[in-house]
Amino acid sequence: MTASTATLRPTPATTGLGSSWNRSAQAFLAILHRDLHVTRRELPAFLTQVVLQPLFLLFVFGKVLTELGYTRPGYTSVLFPGIVALTAFVTALQGIALPLSVEFSFTGDVQDRLQAPLPTSLVAVEKLLFSTLRALAAAAIMFPLGILVLGVIPWRGEGLPMAIAILTLAALNGSATGLILGTLATANRISLVFALVLTPLLFTGCSQYPWQSLAQLPWFQVITACNPLTYASEGLRTALSPQIPHLPGWACVLALTGWSLLLGAAGIRGFLRRALD
Amino acid sequence: MTGDPPVRGMNGATSSGTGMAETRTAAPQPRLKASPACPAIEVASLVKRYPKSSGNAVDGISFTVGRARIFGLLGPNGAGKTTVVGMLTTRVRPTSGVARVAGIDVAARPAAARAAVGVVPQRNNLDRSLSIRQNLLFHAAYHAVPRAGAARRAERLLDAFGLAGRAGDKPDLFSGGQSQRVMIARALMHDPVVLFLDEPSTGLDPAARLFTWDRIRELRDQGTTVLLTTHDMDEAEALADQVGIIDHGQLLAHDSPQALVRSLPAGASLDVTVTGPAGLAAALAVLPGAERAETAAPLPGGPATGRPHEPMRYHVRFRLPAGSDPGTLIPAVAAAVSRYGGRLHQAVTATPSLEDVFLQLTGRTLR
Ligand SMILES: Nc1ncnc2c1ncn2[C@@H]1O[C@H](COP(=O)(O)OP(=O)(O)OP(=O)(O)O)[C@@H](O)[C@H]1O
Ligand SMILES: [Mg+2]
Repeated sequence: MTASTATLRPTPATTGLGSSWNRSAQAFLAILHRDLHVTRRELPAFLTQVVLQPLFLLFVFGKVLTELGYTRPGYTSVLFPGIVALTAFVTALQGIALPLSVEFSFTGDVQDRLQAPLPTSLVAVEKLLFSTLRALAAAAIMFPLGILVLGVIPWRGEGLPMAIAILTLAALNGSATGLILGTLATANRISLVFALVLTPLLFTGCSQYPWQSLAQLPWFQVITACNPLTYASEGLRTALSPQIPHLPGWACVLALTGWSLLLGAAGIRGFLRRALD
Repeated sequence: MTGDPPVRGMNGATSSGTGMAETRTAAPQPRLKASPACPAIEVASLVKRYPKSSGNAVDGISFTVGRARIFGLLGPNGAGKTTVVGMLTTRVRPTSGVARVAGIDVAARPAAARAAVGVVPQRNNLDRSLSIRQNLLFHAAYHAVPRAGAARRAERLLDAFGLAGRAGDKPDLFSGGQSQRVMIARALMHDPVVLFLDEPSTGLDPAARLFTWDRIRELRDQGTTVLLTTHDMDEAEALADQVGIIDHGQLLAHDSPQALVRSLPAGASLDVTVTGPAGLAAALAVLPGAERAETAAPLPGGPATGRPHEPMRYHVRFRLPAGSDPGTLIPAVAAAVSRYGGRLHQAVTATPSLEDVFLQLTGRTLR
């Protein structure tokens, strides 16, 4: 840019390269603020949406089946970490996929943000970040809820850093998957895509069973090993109920990080493809 | 300082005066934004081919628009107008060629270019989770406009666009024309160098159209460059300082509306409808500038016997050089009519318009 332009426009917009970071950062924060603002207003709806499904899962599998004697007493320490991981993953995924697909296909709501002075990929990154934060909030709610439903939940103070790391990665994986689905599917096909992708993901993610117990079903064990949710469930068991045979924590972190990078890159690519012609 | 967003002119006295409704009666301040230091828009050999498409949607377009001008991009449906706007506003990536806005290369530095442009797209894209006022305020925040200044500016713009009473409403409740006003107000929140309006008056009632035109002129007078697309000849002629006529992705002409009209080979015209014998048509055909004498039909109701002296209805068009007054031909036409005992039904004079330019260039009309 020429010096003359800089004097022409005394806005941060054209005052040089150093400020382009600044400008991008401000736009990024403003977009994040917008999402927080909208979600705060829709908090009751958000909570209902987030809490209901895991609540029933916990109640039926953790409480009812145990009381009736269909599951062994220790089952809740398998189930609870799995359900929390599932909640983080699914909340993150749903927080992006459906709204984004509608925005791109019908409403165009996102366009004003795409017109903000920051790299388009950062708009996608903001979506990932925000959805991850939302999902972490949902996962946190599961703990008091678990106490409410189950009475006792597996808990280890020294496992907390690991639990936070795993849940963050799980949420990030869910967000990235949501970004891929939301940019891939047009709004009129999203329910089909959900049925095809989400349901298998939910039931092959070791939320309801520990991975090593699948040794009797080797083919299914292989399938579950391809699902990032498996490493989230197992990783959270490492943190909260290590007495259950589980995958090593470092392996879970490694696998989740790898999946995050892979899915995140694919999601951002898809976002750019939809956002720019 | 928590003042208004940076104001063109950087003149302390006018630093709060960007509200659109304000008429500026004071002596014009020097407006640096309007200075010709670098053009508002520069486009050179710009090409866009959409993936999986056989031809170029935009096929090698070049033009320049100076500061504080209204540029009208005129063309039929599918001509490539929205694609040109898309490239200039960074939503569409050019296949080749160069496009600069306020001196910033939109392909090389899209984020910087976005700070310099305001966009009002063809279809409603207001943020439906936010109220009208919040749409404006969050837009300002995306563009790092200081908060206090943004709040004041939002009030002024809402006021100027007749939206003040509904600032708290959600966009869902708005009609198409109202949404469009909101989108213009929103686009102005960060005081862009260039405002892009894609078909700003489609779907507006006549009053709203004139209202929008006035706002656009005010913006120009305050130093903002406006690029608008339209397929309305009258709009382009009434509003634009410069017109680009685009069809099949190519710029067929680019000049001021007056110059384009002046460039027409036939300047003015007179269309007459007469009834009378064939001799009358022949007499009219030898008058200066006569172009064609069409036999429209036998007289309605009369017996069509095919006899040579039976009166028929004729249309004759006279084309005259630019600047001449087609009305001066009427006495000669009237004289011929009375000589043959015919009747003059209609005489319509026309001074040429952009429509004729378009017809001349593309061989078809728009509407
Ligand atoms: N996203 C896209 N993918 C493929 N082709 C496209 C896309 N957008 C536009 N086109 C094609 O490019 C050409 C130019 O379209 P464009 O929207 O620029 O026209 P326009 O002049 O704005 O028309 P209108 O007056 O109808 O708005 C058209 O033939 C259109 O079909
Ligand atoms: Mg268009």
